[in-house]
Amino acid sequence: MQERMRIRAKELLTSGAVQRVLGWKKGDFPYNPEPAFFTAEHELDDLVYDRFCAANLSGYMVEANKQDGKTLVFLKPCDTYSFNQLTKENRVSRDKAWIIGVGCEGNAEVDEMQEIGLLERCKVCTKTEHKVFDELIGEDIQTREKEDRFEQVSDVEKMSPDERFGFWQNQLSRCIRCNACRNVCPACNCKKCVFDSGKYDTEQKANVTSFEEQMFHIIRAYHVAGRCTDCGECSRVCPQAIDLHLLNRKMIKDINELYGEFQAGDDAETPGPLTDYDADTDADPSVVYERG
Amino acid sequence: MSVANKEFKPLIVAFCCNWCSYAGADLAGTSRLAYPAEVKIIKVPCSCRVNPLFALRAFQKGADGVIICGCHPGDCHYSTGNYYTRRRITLLYSLLDYLGIEKGRTHLEWVSAAEGTKFAATMNKFVETIHELGENVRLEDLRCKSE
Amino acid sequence: MQRIGVFVCHCGTNIAGTVDVAEIVEMAKPEPGVVHAAEYPYMCSEAGQNMIINAVKEHNLSGVVICSCSPRMHEATFRKAAEKAGLNPYMVEIANIREHCSWIHKDKAEATQKALTLTRAAIAKVQLNSPLFPDESPVTKRALVIGGGIAGIQTALDIADAGFEVDIVESTPSIGGKMAQLDKTFPTLDCAACILTPKMVDASAHENITLYTYSQVDKVEGFVGDFTVTIRKKARSVDFEKCTGCGACSEKCPSKKSPSEFDQGLCTRPAIYTPFAQAVPNVPVIDREACLKFKTGKCGLCETVCAPKAINFEQEDELVERKYGAVVMATGYEPVSLDKFGEYSYDSSPDVITSLEFERLTNAAGPTGGALTRLSDKRKPKSVTFIQCVGSRDVTQRGKAYCSKICCMYTAKHAMLIKEKYPDIEVNIFYIDVRTPGKAFDEFYRRAEDEYGVRYIKGQVGKVIDNGDHLQIQAVDMLDNKKMELQTDMVVLATAIEPVESAKSIATMLTASIDTNNFMTEAHPKLRPVESPTAGVFLSGVCQGPKDIPETVAQAGAAAAKVIGLLVKDKLMSNPCTAKPDELYCNGCSVCENVCPYGAISYEDCEVNDHGVREVRRVAQVNKALCQGCGACAVTCPSGAMDLQGFSNRQIQAEVDAICR
Repeated sequence: MQERMRIRAKELLTSGAVQRVLGWKKGDFPYNPEPAFFTAEHELDDLVYDRFCAANLSGYMVEANKQDGKTLVFLKPCDTYSFNQLTKENRVSRDKAWIIGVGCEGNAEVDEMQEIGLLERCKVCTKTEHKVFDELIGEDIQTREKEDRFEQVSDVEKMSPDERFGFWQNQLSRCIRCNACRNVCPACNCKKCVFDSGKYDTEQKANVTSFEEQMFHIIRAYHVAGRCTDCGECSRVCPQAIDLHLLNRKMIKDINELYGEFQAGDDAETPGPLTDYDADTDADPSVVYERG
Repeated sequence: MSVANKEFKPLIVAFCCNWCSYAGADLAGTSRLAYPAEVKIIKVPCSCRVNPLFALRAFQKGADGVIICGCHPGDCHYSTGNYYTRRRITLLYSLLDYLGIEKGRTHLEWVSAAEGTKFAATMNKFVETIHELGENVRLEDLRCKSE
Repeated sequence: MQRIGVFVCHCGTNIAGTVDVAEIVEMAKPEPGVVHAAEYPYMCSEAGQNMIINAVKEHNLSGVVICSCSPRMHEATFRKAAEKAGLNPYMVEIANIREHCSWIHKDKAEATQKALTLTRAAIAKVQLNSPLFPDESPVTKRALVIGGGIAGIQTALDIADAGFEVDIVESTPSIGGKMAQLDKTFPTLDCAACILTPKMVDASAHENITLYTYSQVDKVEGFVGDFTVTIRKKARSVDFEKCTGCGACSEKCPSKKSPSEFDQGLCTRPAIYTPFAQAVPNVPVIDREACLKFKTGKCGLCETVCAPKAINFEQEDELVERKYGAVVMATGYEPVSLDKFGEYSYDSSPDVITSLEFERLTNAAGPTGGALTRLSDKRKPKSVTFIQCVGSRDVTQRGKAYCSKICCMYTAKHAMLIKEKYPDIEVNIFYIDVRTPGKAFDEFYRRAEDEYGVRYIKGQVGKVIDNGDHLQIQAVDMLDNKKMELQTDMVVLATAIEPVESAKSIATMLTASIDTNNFMTEAHPKLRPVESPTAGVFLSGVCQGPKDIPETVAQAGAAAAKVIGLLVKDKLMSNPCTAKPDELYCNGCSVCENVCPYGAISYEDCEVNDHGVREVRRVAQVNKALCQGCGACAVTCPSGAMDLQGFSNRQIQAEVDAICR
């Protein structure tokens, strides 16, 4: 499959149909190939595609979009949702992308014991269909092990408030504010992040207090609410193994329960749940108190 | 620092929309309906002007409770503002609850310009709840605490 | 850093009685930016305002904080004063230490402490204020009046007389409204038609007035000075230009079974009809639901008899788009439905009628020619009983909590009209209270009781039973505190009134607010009673609250005066507290555009200079004339590019910080 991708990419690049190729190349270790732009035919021999190519390339299209001409981008099924979301937000132009949907067998990760396992997101994968593409290469394999991707969220919800607070203190106090989660997130694509900007007196470069640890993650989860496709990149890249997807997924779970099923990136048109409303059926915030 | 001995004086920030709730608070005043002085009102044009950041900021700076008041759904001066508020604030409060922040510390109430009584009653009840919860420690920023 | 002056108002003892004003002045002085602080018994008085003006000049102030009553009361006053002193009016902030402090707290130390906090918040905000400048927008010198009853007619006439064009949109085929249905009017007993119909003719003949009858408002866009309204002229099926109003069509129409709306369903009308003889315009409409031609394709008799060939079965609804500078709501009222009031047997007994039905029954032009007869057996009643407050002052779910205001007086009038014509008929009136606050009102009611011998019974009726020959009333006499039974021949229910159903949807189109009873809300209940909080929308008649004819006419004139005051202006100043995007931060994502209720946000590809890097970006643009300053965009903006002037992120955060200090 990797070979087919290389051949097709070379074809498109040499024919001038695309000006560059966005794919993965070998990293420092075999288990961490990294996103890369290829602009010459010979470079494409370095293009890799294997189960470790977990990086979601959609976000990199924001930069590619500024360049002239088309960019060939390889997207796994789940990545196409992010691409759609970015199109909806006018961050990438569909016309400037040549999307090759690549089959996915589920992404692998190497744990602390150097054992290869399946990424959490792939165990609960619901996105086996390419939502946007120009052509497809390869087959998908269903990797879903668990029916309910909100199971972990429900577990946290079931805790007492004190337990929840303890749980999150334990999680968030590990945060070293490396910004990896923010930088990898396709939805976190602001020109200038509020945490880096003095404009609103919200600049916060390090977590000085526990409040700031919480603040950063509350705002991040809220910032991407209704826009997060649940691609799971934040959790994947966190060097401190914080379960960041539990924050995003909580927002998604709430949205689904309160405003009806919504999958960001399903298409590039439907308004996001936070820019929409239902005058008659939307719950009051008191629902938070009533559900115990 | 002898916090334990000191009588707990909660600090409550109330965001009120100009057209309904702020006017409702005015009506409470005109009607001489008492509610605790701990409540400090900030006027916003519409409840949809309340950025979640403002609520977090208040907690950071030492507030013990944050309450947002707006026109009843359907009565927004800007037609649709409070419909957005309703979704945004529901999700914000839910997220805070999920993080283990006491849910009594946040509240939203729809108060019309004619509901002075409701405004005062809402504030009385909210302050009572905050008294029961005590000082905000879960969302505090120690640097911002006064001695 | 601003140079801020703090001015603390005593408001007599309203503030000074509970807040230590001198303390606030002293404590404000060391606040950052404060260069002057003073107190005065009445800051809003001329002397108080002059104090501010002089201080601005003397201390070269760049910002002003007034600690006083609610900004809803005097913000405009103090902004004007600041402007007089040469300061931008938006450099003024109010600390509300009266309604939000002195009036609700009793403990002086506590109230003073809170007043100080509120003052500090205002100081912190004004530190970040910057001068704002309103935009100018043009004024379309034409007004729209929605509703063609006495309120709408009077408003339109007054505006038209001042030299401005006015359009009246009326949903029924004729103007005239409820007043046209009434018999006599209290307290003078002059006939409604005699005083109304000349006004209807005046309105129709006025060169500045255009009538859109049998029409409705479909869409409203724009804002004060520049509304664009789509009016749907419903298909009349009669050519306006050709019709001479001869009435031959109605006379010959074979389908005469439709209940007459004008006569409250007490009699029928043809399918092609004018609602009443004095209708303006005197051009009939075809009720397509009832017309045989439309129902079966056969008939067309009206077409045959119409000499000027005015009948047009093919006519379609016509949409007219017109521009207006101001819109007046004059949509009026309807009696409430009596579905939930089964105890009065209104649905089951033809001899139980509403007051409005009684107006038709007693009217010389009504279905009985003014003869009072029972609808069941055409007998003249020996006894008529009125029940007041049916659905009014009713705090249960089924009724209206408010007093409908007109019922006490018209019931007294009805009683008198009966006694005047038939002194032998016994008249009873059940009431909770008789409310007669109005010029010559109480005298009128006393005349009914004293001169005409009308029997007033303080009490509530529990049940009305129709036993064929008579009606049996079970009630409680509250003065004797006894149950009582009464036999009568006719019952008239003083039914509560409520705004017409369409008022809500029209208000929504106008983005004007309505209260829980669907009455239009005033900009200020006392000081701006004929204006809606939405700029450019004015209120006339019962759509704002129950009122009688003289009050309606007075309010109609007041609304007209406000409209004229608006239309004489060539330009309007817009609210400068509008959204403002920062192009360097804008992602171009369009979410602000999606949430804007006014369509004020659009996107343009602009060349942006981002710290030396020039690139073309898709960035948000705000139309300041359309933006009303709600702030929905500023909060939805994921990157913080959008902010609201006058209520900026930094300003509100500064207030939060000051309060939490």
